[in-house]
Amino acid sequence: MPIHIIDRRLNPGGKSLENRQRFLRRAKSLVQGAVKKTSQERDIRDVLEGGEVTIPLDGMHEPRFRREGGTRDMVLPGNKKFIEGDYLQRSGQGSAKDSGPGEGDSEDAFRFVLSRDEFVDLFLDDLELPDLAKRKIAQTESEGIQRAGYTTSGSPANISVSRTVKLALARRIALKRPRKEEIEELEAAIAACTDEDERVVLLAELEKLKAKTKRIPFVDPLDIRYRRYEKVPRPVAQAVMFCLMDVSGSMSEHMKDLAKRFYMLLYVFLKRRYKHVEIVFIRHTDRAEEVDEQTFFYGPASGGTLVSSALNAMHEIVRERFNPADWNIYAAQASDGDNSYSDGELTGMLLTDKILPVCQFFAYLEVGESGGSAFDLSDSSLWTLYDRLRNSGASLSMRKVSERSEIFPVFHDLFQRRETSQEKAAP
Amino acid sequence: MTERLFEGADWDFHTLQRITDACEEVATKDLGLDVYPNQIEVITAEQMLDAYSSVGMPLFYKHWSFGKHFAFHEASYRKGLMGLAYEIVINSSPCISYLMEENTATMQTLVIAHAAFGHNHFFKNNYLFKQWTDADGILDYLDFAKNYVMTCEERYGRVEVERTLDAAHALMSHGIDRYPGKKKLDLRAEEKRAGRRRQHEEEVFNDLWRTVPKGASKTRSALSIERRRKLLGLPQENLLYFLEKSAPRLAPWQRELLRIVRHIAQYFYPQSQTKVMNEGTATYVHYRIMTKLHQQGRITDGNFLEFLGSHTNVVFQPEFDDQRFSGFNPYALGFAMMQDIERIVTNPADEDREWFPDIAGKNDVMGVLRDVWANYRDESFIAQFLSPKLMRQLRMFHLHDDPEERAGIRVDAIHDERGFRRVRRELARQHDVGYIDANIEVVDVDLSGDRRLILHHHVIKGSQLNETDAKRVLQHLADLWTYDVSLIEVDANDKVLREYVVSPRPIPAAA
Repeated sequence: MPIHIIDRRLNPGGKSLENRQRFLRRAKSLVQGAVKKTSQERDIRDVLEGGEVTIPLDGMHEPRFRREGGTRDMVLPGNKKFIEGDYLQRSGQGSAKDSGPGEGDSEDAFRFVLSRDEFVDLFLDDLELPDLAKRKIAQTESEGIQRAGYTTSGSPANISVSRTVKLALARRIALKRPRKEEIEELEAAIAACTDEDERVVLLAELEKLKAKTKRIPFVDPLDIRYRRYEKVPRPVAQAVMFCLMDVSGSMSEHMKDLAKRFYMLLYVFLKRRYKHVEIVFIRHTDRAEEVDEQTFFYGPASGGTLVSSALNAMHEIVRERFNPADWNIYAAQASDGDNSYSDGELTGMLLTDKILPVCQFFAYLEVGESGGSAFDLSDSSLWTLYDRLRNSGASLSMRKVSERSEIFPVFHDLFQRRETSQEKAAP
Repeated sequence: MTERLFEGADWDFHTLQRITDACEEVATKDLGLDVYPNQIEVITAEQMLDAYSSVGMPLFYKHWSFGKHFAFHEASYRKGLMGLAYEIVINSSPCISYLMEENTATMQTLVIAHAAFGHNHFFKNNYLFKQWTDADGILDYLDFAKNYVMTCEERYGRVEVERTLDAAHALMSHGIDRYPGKKKLDLRAEEKRAGRRRQHEEEVFNDLWRTVPKGASKTRSALSIERRRKLLGLPQENLLYFLEKSAPRLAPWQRELLRIVRHIAQYFYPQSQTKVMNEGTATYVHYRIMTKLHQQGRITDGNFLEFLGSHTNVVFQPEFDDQRFSGFNPYALGFAMMQDIERIVTNPADEDREWFPDIAGKNDVMGVLRDVWANYRDESFIAQFLSPKLMRQLRMFHLHDDPEERAGIRVDAIHDERGFRRVRRELARQHDVGYIDANIEVVDVDLSGDRRLILHHHVIKGSQLNETDAKRVLQHLADLWTYDVSLIEVDANDKVLREYVVSPRPIPAAA
C-alpha cells in the first residue's frame, strides 16, 4: 500500500485569518468598547501594544438546545465507602457538574488576544484626519519610480535576463538555428559512415549547419531587453509632529502627564497614516529650546512664560529642516493657559502668518489640575487669544482637559470622522 | 535482531517512512487490520490551531464562529492553559493524519500507530461510519461547500449568508437523521446534483410563467389533518431537513446552505456516538503495535519507556472526588474495556464464562475485537461488554439525584453482585446520544391557516430546556420558517410543562 508523507509546514499560514477577521468584524462594537474602556485607565503605551481583551460572551453566543435540571443519574468511578442506599449531602462533592456543550460557552466572558495592529485599528477606527489636512496631502506630492514594462535600451544593470532569453529562443526557433544535438548526431553519422560518397554529402551538410550556427547567434543584441522604470507622482508619506509645551513652574506633573498622553495618541495616529513620522520636542518658558523626549517631559526648568518663543522656534526649525512641500506638519501645543500679557499680540501674529499656513493641523490642549475646578473660572489668557483667532477664521482646534480619562474622548472628538467639511470645535 | 527504526528523539522523513512501514507490518500481519490508504502530513503548531478551529477538517467554509474558536484556542494556548493534540485524523479516503512537528520520534511512532492504523481501521469498518459517512467524498464535498458558500456571499451578500448559516448552526444538533434512509449518502453525487439543479433552473427560466394566473387553490377541508401530516412527513425530528423541504419562503440557495450544514452534521454524527470505542480501539492498537515493535527490538528500551509515559497519561482516569475529574475519560474506559475483552477471550474466570459465554475462552483475540469494532457503538458496546471485573476495578457506582428528594443524592447501585447490571445499564445510557440530546420534533404545521409551526420537546426525567438558549434557537428557527413557531415541552404523560412562542424578526431590507 503506498503511503504518502507530506510536509505541510511550509504551507502558507494564517488559514484562519479570514475567519478571525469576520469574528472581529462581528464583535467590533463589543471589542471596541472593551478597547476604549481599558485605554482610559491603563498606560497608553502599554495599551497600544495590543494584548488581551475581554468581551461579554453574550453578544457572540452560539445558542443550542440544551437541557438542564430534572432528575439526574450518573455513573462515576472511584467508589471508596458508599454502599447501596446511602445518601450523600448535596452541597458537597459527588455531584459532578454537567459541563457546558462547548469550550468557552460556559464562561461569562470571552477572552482573547488582539495583535498590535488589530488593536490600533480598532482603537482608532472611527477617527480620521481632518478634511483640511486631506486636501493638502493631495496637493503635496513627490516623485517615486515604479516598474513599467520593458525597453530595448538601458543600463546593463537593468537587463531582464528571462525576457532576453525568451526572445532569443523564439528567434532561434523561427530562424531554424541548428541545435547542438543535430550537429552531434550528424558527426556521429559521419564517423559511422563507410560509404565514401555519402560521407562527402554528409560532410557538406555538416559544413552548412555549422555555417548557419555561426550566422545565427545564440543571443543577438536584438533580443536584449531592459526593465523600464518610470517616475510617478506620489503623495508625501512622511510627517513631522511638533510637540510644544509650556514647562514653566505653573505646570504640574499631572498636567505634563496629560500632555504626554495626548502626544502619544497623536503619534500613534500619525504613525498609522504615514510611513515615516518624526517628532520634534520644543519646550519653553520665557525662551524656547528643542530638547529630547526625556528632558521634554522630566527635565527641570523654571522661568516666565512666553508662548511666542516656542512658535518662533518651531518656525525656525520648519524653515531649516522640514520643507512644507515634502513634509506633512502637525503641531500640538499643551499649556496651562498662562501667557505673559504683552506677548499676546506677537503670538497671534506668528500663529496666523507663519505657523498655521504650513501646518496640516494645529491643536491646542489646555491642561488643568485634576478636579477641574479651574475651568469654572474665566478663560485663561492663551485660550481667550486662540478663541479670538479661531473666530476670525484661523483653523486651529482647541480643547480643555483636566482628567486622564478625558484624554481619549477629547482626542477622539478632535479627529472624529465628520460629515461636514468644516470642523466645528466647541469646548 | 532487526534494525532499529530510529535512535534518540530526532526524526526525518525517511524515519517516518520506516516507522509507517513497520507499523503497517504489525497492523496488517499481527492484528489483521483493514485500513484506508494512509496520507501522513506534518504540520506546525499554528496549523494545528487552524485545524482546531475548523472542526479538524483541512478545508471548511468561512464563518465567524470558527474565528471565535480560533481566537479562543489561540489565547489559551499562548497562556499555556492548553496543550495541543499530538495528531488529528480525518475520516476520509485516503485517511489523512496530521502530525505535529514538535513530536519526538517515539511520539510520531505512537501517533502513527494510533491514528493511521487504529482510528483508520475503525473508520473503515465500524457500521455507523459505513452507514452514515462517505469517506471517499467528504473532502470534495467540503470543497464544494466552501465554494458554494463563497458564491452565495458574492451573489446575495455576506450578511444574508451569515444569517442563514447562524440559524443553521444553531439547529445543527437537530439536523441529523437518526435512522438510516433508503440509500447511502453519496457526497460526490450530492455535489453534482446541486450543480445540475442550478443549471436546470437557469435553462428553463421563463419570465412568462410569472404572469400566468394561478388556478383556484384546493379546498381546505379536502386535506384532512392526517393526510397533511403525511404529506409533510410528520412527525419529523430532523429540523434542518424539514426546513429545507417545507419552509415556505426560503430561497433555493438558503435551502442548499441548510443542506450543507445538515450533511456535515450527519458526517460527524457517528463520531459523537463512538468516542469510547474509537479512542479505545486506537489506544489498544497503538499499545499492541508499540509493544510488538519493542519486542522486535526496533525501538529501544528508553524510547519504549517514553512511550509508556505518554500512554499512561492518556489512559489516566481520575476518581470522582479528584479535582481533575471531568467524567469518564473515553481513552481510559475504551482501552480498559479492550484489554478486558482480551483477558476474557484468552484467560477467562468462571464469572466471565457466565457473563460472556460467546467470547470467553475463544482464544482469537483479534477476531473478537474486530467483530466488536465493526458492529457496536458506545451504548451497545458498554451494555454488552462491560465486565464485573472492570466495574470492580474502576469501583463504579451509580448516583441518583432527584431534586425532590430531601435526604440528598441516593447511591443507587455499586459494584457488587446486586448492582453490576444496573451500573452497566446506566453507564450505557450515559453514552446513548438518543438520550443525551433533547428529543425535539416537528409535530404539526397549519399550512392553510396561520402557518404556525408546532414542535414538541419530550421531556425525560424532568430535564427541560435552558430558557435563554431555547428562545434564541427558536428565534433562529422562526426566522427561517418566517411564521410563528411554538415549542411545547410535554412530559411522558403528555402533560404540557411549558410553551414557547416566537415570531420571526422582520427581514431588514437588502443592503
